[in-house]
Amino acid sequence: MTTMDNQLDQFRDVILDAADRKQALCIRGGGSKDWYGREPVGDVLDTRPYSGVVSYDPTELVITVRSGTPLTEVEAVLAEQNQMLAFEPPHCGADATVGGMVAAGLAGPRRVAVGSVRDFVLGAALINGKGELLHFGGQVMKNVAGYDVSRLLAGSLGLLGLLVEVSLKVLPKPFAETSLRLALSEEEALRRLNEWGGQPLPISASAWCDGVLAVRLSGAQAAIRAARDYIGGDEMHDAETFWIAMREQSNDFFAQAPLLWRLSVPSVAAPIALVGEQLIEWGGAQRWLRTHDTSAASMAAIREAATAVGGHATLFRGGDRTGDIFQPLAPAAERIHRNLKQSFDPSGIFNPGRMYATL
Amino acid sequence: MSTAAAYTAEHQRMVVNALRAVLPERAVLFDAEDTRPYECDGLSVYAQLPMVVVLPDTEEQVVAILKICNALKVRIVPRGAGTGLSGGALPIADGVVLSTARMSRIVNVDPYARTAIVQPGVRNLAISEAVAQHGLYYAPDPSSQIACSIGGNVAENSGGVHCLKYGLTVHNVMRVRMVTIEGDVIELGGASLDAPGLDLLAVFIGSEGMLGVVTEVTVRLIPKPRQARVILASFDDVVKGGNAVAGVIAAGIIPAGLEMMDKTSSRMVEPFVKAGYDIDAEAILLCESDGIPEEVEEEIARMIAVLEQSGATAIAVSNNEEERLRFWSGRKNAFPAAGRISPDYYCIDGTIPRRALADVLLGIQRMEEKYGLRCANVFHAGDGNLHPLILFDANQEGEFHRAELFGAEILEMCVEFGGTITGEHGVGLEKINQMCVQFSRAEMDAFLAVKAAFDPPMLLNPNKAIPTLQRCAEYGKMHVRRGMLKFADLPRF
Repeated sequence: MTTMDNQLDQFRDVILDAADRKQALCIRGGGSKDWYGREPVGDVLDTRPYSGVVSYDPTELVITVRSGTPLTEVEAVLAEQNQMLAFEPPHCGADATVGGMVAAGLAGPRRVAVGSVRDFVLGAALINGKGELLHFGGQVMKNVAGYDVSRLLAGSLGLLGLLVEVSLKVLPKPFAETSLRLALSEEEALRRLNEWGGQPLPISASAWCDGVLAVRLSGAQAAIRAARDYIGGDEMHDAETFWIAMREQSNDFFAQAPLLWRLSVPSVAAPIALVGEQLIEWGGAQRWLRTHDTSAASMAAIREAATAVGGHATLFRGGDRTGDIFQPLAPAAERIHRNLKQSFDPSGIFNPGRMYATL
Repeated sequence: MSTAAAYTAEHQRMVVNALRAVLPERAVLFDAEDTRPYECDGLSVYAQLPMVVVLPDTEEQVVAILKICNALKVRIVPRGAGTGLSGGALPIADGVVLSTARMSRIVNVDPYARTAIVQPGVRNLAISEAVAQHGLYYAPDPSSQIACSIGGNVAENSGGVHCLKYGLTVHNVMRVRMVTIEGDVIELGGASLDAPGLDLLAVFIGSEGMLGVVTEVTVRLIPKPRQARVILASFDDVVKGGNAVAGVIAAGIIPAGLEMMDKTSSRMVEPFVKAGYDIDAEAILLCESDGIPEEVEEEIARMIAVLEQSGATAIAVSNNEEERLRFWSGRKNAFPAAGRISPDYYCIDGTIPRRALADVLLGIQRMEEKYGLRCANVFHAGDGNLHPLILFDANQEGEFHRAELFGAEILEMCVEFGGTITGEHGVGLEKINQMCVQFSRAEMDAFLAVKAAFDPPMLLNPNKAIPTLQRCAEYGKMHVRRGMLKFADLPRF
């Protein structure tokens, strides 16, 4: 038996023991996203001993890794073959692991062009609350055998089980990239982003803040040249650091945020008037609101504003982490959530309350 | 499959009367001559008359139907256009077929937001046709796209020939509105790029009508590329063709389409459609690029360089749209061509890691001898989805049975090489036994628990896709796990 098999057995023992004692477990990789979701509770179950790339064949566009593997390691392995995790996941710290990345389900600037974490999950293995090791999906792009449980795990905040392995679709890095900066009002930026979205332009990221719109183009040289002429603006010389800072939320906008809200809305939603400053990503579909107001009235107003345009709001950072972080669910959907939780985790030990108080 | 003992006339009358109370008379069918068209889907070797067929026009009617069936404990098989290839819409003798065919309205097209809201009965191609005037289209293009409906696409997570670059249904549907067996209307996903809570939309798509009945879908529309061109390349060896595909990907290119056909297939289609295929080549490759003209030119040049390096014996590039469509016509007509040279054919739908292609094709060759049947192979080479077409004659004693065994063995081989038993056609009833090979009992119990989370009384399309313990025991394949399967020459039944 290999060390890694031993590690799986240890995980299983810990889980079965916790299930016996109804002891909550806090599944944790590098802890880089401890601040996300509702307050973590329970004994820490550290995934990092279960680490390493299981298989990677660049021509299959698939990498399979153990959940405790550092995200930087995976990205370095891919970069050697000129490939990438296309959804540009935020690390939120040097110790981020692949498991945490999948469980948090957060995607970076390129999400608008290529899709989210779940769009790239092809398969996963998890240990459920009964200590069973289950494999879902696989290592191929097209696979409709059984329900797509592996994609369900993306963004599940660990509430269904301990993710131990994941297969991800990877993509080649673009042949070329150029970023442009344009001075535009919020309204005008939203209008242009949505118009551009309806045309075959190689836009791979966008960010508007304080009267300036930044746009990134990725792809074949010829496509970028044509798009650059069409879009106009000034070429950015600090593009790489700019987009990394956007992904990691390490620029000034995010650094000064006592309370940070994420509004996920239709890209065509008109400017949303709320107290505080906003930064708009994903072609208008992701709007960050920074505010000082922690009152219940303000929280309600923000959720109401997001719902009114067909979206939802998350108290992304700061504030009371024991309260409602995510938009409450409709009763029928909540019932399905509870049923799923109950079947995967009958003793309720995995990350209880991390997403919703009742799960 | 007899219907005689499945239900009493009295029971049927009771169910029909309950349904007629909430539906117009024309929307409830129960005479055999009326229900006959619903006895099978695209996999017509399995047929079963249902007790009742209902054809709702509205979501309110769907809610009412499901509430009635739940109260009466009647099982329901949802049905889209009935083009599925795995028996997923096969009726249950004492059950109700719920057809969404009449819910076929395009509710709203928003070119600015690049979305369309459609009812489940809208045909896949009708969406692209309706939005073409805005320079947009709906990307997933299963070969049945003229006839198949979006509700069925959601149920099967349908793909197509362009999904390596543009994704499957799951990547192109933003929101599904559906009704649970208890009659609750639930929105999964939404108008924004994500929704709070677990990603139930991801698990619902591809669930083969077992979790809820779709009443409305929001699809993402994308800008139509200005131009598309396709390369037609010949290889004197299938392995070289497979390596060429790997070479294209290794060069950092994601082609808009990447398809391969073996010699049997090209010889089968060429006389039929005159696509200009090299019928002496062991494999031909179709490799498409799309984008703005300059970009296409750049990418085509890059792909040609790789194909030449990989030993292509002939290369042609489409110079206009007519030529492009002609190059594609052979691939797109592979199934009809099979029907032309053989009385019957059986289409298999495994996916394999591409590196296993040579071994799998060799294995299929051996099985051709073993079962005494010919097989033509068409391959979505970009994503590893292999469609062997087993040619047989159902009128010859035992040939269909041999074709079934042949197909089952191919699927088990796909699993052995790290692939899957179905890439895009779904498990349905057809591949339910092979599920026992691909998954462990605990994994299938987890699937059944997912079903129970949505459909506690287990009334929606039960006994499809996920086999019960008993079913697997009968198949004699308990706990045969991935990589441990011996497929050599064991008798299968």
